[in-house]
Amino acid sequence: MKTKKGVNVDLKQYGMFLALIAIFLIFFVLSGGSNATPVNINNLVMQNGYVVILATGMLLCVLTGNIDLGVGSVVALCGASAAILVVDMGSPIWLAFVVALLIGAVSGVFAGFFIAYLGIPPFVVTLATMLMGRGLTYTILKAQTKGPLPDDYIRVGAGFLPTIKIAVGNGTVDLVAIIIAMIATVLLIVIEMKDVKTKKKYGFRISPLWQLVIKDIIILFIVWFFFIKLSQYNGIPIVLVIMFILVGIYHFITSRTVAGRQVYALGGNAKAARLSGINTKKVFFWVYANMGVLAAVAGIVISARNASATPKAGDGIELDAIGSCYIGGAAAAGGVGTIIGAVIGAFIMGILNNGMSLIGWTTDVQKVVKGVVLLGAVTFDILSKQKKG
Amino acid sequence: MSDIILEMNHITKEFSGVKALDDVTFKVKRGEIHALCGENGAGKSTLMNVLSGVYPYGEYSGDIVYNGEIGKFHRIKDSEEKGIVIIHQELALSPFLSVAENVFIGNEQTLLKGVINWTETRNRAREVLAKVGLEQEDVNAVVSTLGVGKQQLIEIAKAMAKKVELLILDEPTAALNDEESKKLLDIMLELKRHGITCIIISHKLNELSYVSDAITVIRDGKTIETLIKGQDEFTEDRIIKGMVGREMTNRYPERKDCPIGDTVIEVNHWNVFHPDDANRQMIKDVAFNVHAGEVVGLAGLMGAGRTELAMSIFGKEYGQKISGEIKLHGKPIHIKNVKDAIDNKISYTSEDRKTYGLVLIDDIKHNMTMSALRRFFSKKGVVNRSEEIVKAEEYKKLINVKATSINQTVGSLSGGNQQKVVLAKWMLTQPDVLILDEPTRGIDVGAKYEIYCAINNLAREGKAVIVISSEMPELIGTCDRIYVINSGEIAGELTKEEVSQEKIMSCIMAHNRKGEE
Repeated sequence: MKTKKGVNVDLKQYGMFLALIAIFLIFFVLSGGSNATPVNINNLVMQNGYVVILATGMLLCVLTGNIDLGVGSVVALCGASAAILVVDMGSPIWLAFVVALLIGAVSGVFAGFFIAYLGIPPFVVTLATMLMGRGLTYTILKAQTKGPLPDDYIRVGAGFLPTIKIAVGNGTVDLVAIIIAMIATVLLIVIEMKDVKTKKKYGFRISPLWQLVIKDIIILFIVWFFFIKLSQYNGIPIVLVIMFILVGIYHFITSRTVAGRQVYALGGNAKAARLSGINTKKVFFWVYANMGVLAAVAGIVISARNASATPKAGDGIELDAIGSCYIGGAAAAGGVGTIIGAVIGAFIMGILNNGMSLIGWTTDVQKVVKGVVLLGAVTFDILSKQKKG
Repeated sequence: MSDIILEMNHITKEFSGVKALDDVTFKVKRGEIHALCGENGAGKSTLMNVLSGVYPYGEYSGDIVYNGEIGKFHRIKDSEEKGIVIIHQELALSPFLSVAENVFIGNEQTLLKGVINWTETRNRAREVLAKVGLEQEDVNAVVSTLGVGKQQLIEIAKAMAKKVELLILDEPTAALNDEESKKLLDIMLELKRHGITCIIISHKLNELSYVSDAITVIRDGKTIETLIKGQDEFTEDRIIKGMVGREMTNRYPERKDCPIGDTVIEVNHWNVFHPDDANRQMIKDVAFNVHAGEVVGLAGLMGAGRTELAMSIFGKEYGQKISGEIKLHGKPIHIKNVKDAIDNKISYTSEDRKTYGLVLIDDIKHNMTMSALRRFFSKKGVVNRSEEIVKAEEYKKLINVKATSINQTVGSLSGGNQQKVVLAKWMLTQPDVLILDEPTRGIDVGAKYEIYCAINNLAREGKAVIVISSEMPELIGTCDRIYVINSGEIAGELTKEEVSQEKIMSCIMAHNRKGEE
């Protein structure tokens, strides 16, 4: 049953999406088209992959009405641990990754335990893990950069899927990327048809066909634009695959599972959630434990991309992740927000960063602009809600 | 000809095309207590917001004549300067500040500009507190340590500190028990003797006929009538007739074709201690049972332990060192948490639906399925969203939730409709036992009737229903059997045939006397 309210919510999602496209187009003009080159599109993915990974985990924390300040430090700690294992101890790469993930999980469990079972405010607990994690990283790295990392390690952050390149015009095109784009197209249409079928089965109203078609054409246009650009460069980055899988999993969890609903209920009203049979402590615990694991994944990706682990890695990245969630429409008070929103938020920040670098603005100015965009997006969101109410 | 302090003439206020107030005329005489009543959403609060300047001058049509001059209030401060003070249902006290600080919040007693004169603050606080019967109160006590009744009085004291001429009380007794309410109403009468005019909004009609000199009834944004004490009939039934526009011959629908079956739940030797104080026993050796198709009431004064009893049974959500036995259909069960309770088909709707019952920012369908999601709307942890929509639509119709759609946020519904959503939420868990704690608190007469009908239907389906209520007529009107609870013990058990308000009260009194011996 699509109703007025439902349409409004959809519009909000599309609104962010349109803002993303608009920002991209603005920088397209300002940079004389250089932000749409294959190499830059590839850079956008590589530079923002780990922010997206962190934003998916952070969204869950934000949904509970809290944040995790410790992720930047956990990112550094996990990257450093993996690098030390591989470089100094000669351990196999897979083992290093497993250990890094375990360290992330332990730090998440640590924070989750204090937050969920001892009732310490998340802000305080994660401020503590932030300091402890950073300090530990400096200690185990002896304040030095650990590298260079072997090629197989680096592939995770900077590598590509195998390619089948064919010459087209002046350059080459990767067939694998094109095939994946085709699969995506077919999947999209199949899912859309299945959705219509379910709605028909239950007798719900179906949005007019032209709306569906326009929506799908826009999505497909972007998908194809993106994949063609990637195919012209070096094919599909492995980071994109990791990102895509994680976003898919977490989108499914938050929108379709009981566990996801419990997070929303907890964020919306913890007392009511508790009296509805939801084990709120358990939910809190898993949200933070999960954040630790995702921070480890991001830590591996960042160290791989830099081909080394540095004690300063991931410094301040927690704020990018938190900002992505808020720009993506999540409410600071909790209970409102979507994974897709957080991903779009992360890309808005990424495109801004990237675009400003291309036109030669310094990182100092970039920070100011990012601050303005964050404040502006949230202000717009809240004011538009007030008008409705 | 008596002196008119306030005249609101032909007030019309629209919200995006919908008329919340339609040509309302309202006159208050100086020194009287004037009651304003009407169903939820009738426009009472909107009218008071127009008066106090929440909706500024110019946003409505019509005019306000206050003390003979036209009032143009742009903000609350404007009306306060003229001596109009409104006390809202939700108390505006700062919980961690002292009584004295709260009395002068926003109106601080100062030495120089911005420097607080503490001596003056405390002394004057004592003065105004004496006026509301709180002369014994420690002005340095932290407000959160006091009961709701006292907090309500502090709100009035706060208004008194501002040279109030016209005091507006929005549902002042909604959260109070009978005794506290009586005290508050008597203080209103006392204020009246001091020449303060009061406007009171309340759903408790017996209180209105006790305290007020005139009653204005509003329905659907229009003034229906004004009843004057001594001139018009001043009974509850008369007021209800004005509110709903028809004679409510029976406020409690009769329960027909509802045979009482076997015992569903039986509780024995139930003991509970205070969550913060392991030596303080809150529930003492309580035993009760409820049969299928039976509605059983728990009567008692506020603080008697009814909610504590219910919540301790419902997954040990209240108290510590809980002992005793719960039998369901004759078999002893163990309930460790709320999930166990739900799995054992026991449900509990809280007396405070906004804090403990609903996620106000979420929509109707998600709220309705919140408790039943895992068991009835998911497979291997994945939610069946289509099934959810179908059921939410079904229950919206079944108990008549008035909303544009199941996607409307619950926070935007009226109290009565929110209560229906809470009820639907627990009906969806397919319980055998429903504990309803103050199911009609703060909701209007029409919605109350619908809730009673829903209770009857549940009983007819063979459920065991427990109703906790502070309104004795409600218990008497809806229950087959009533347990009277006092100081955490069962003070007596009354059947439908023998029960009356007097019997319940004498039961409590007798139990109190026994306790003193």
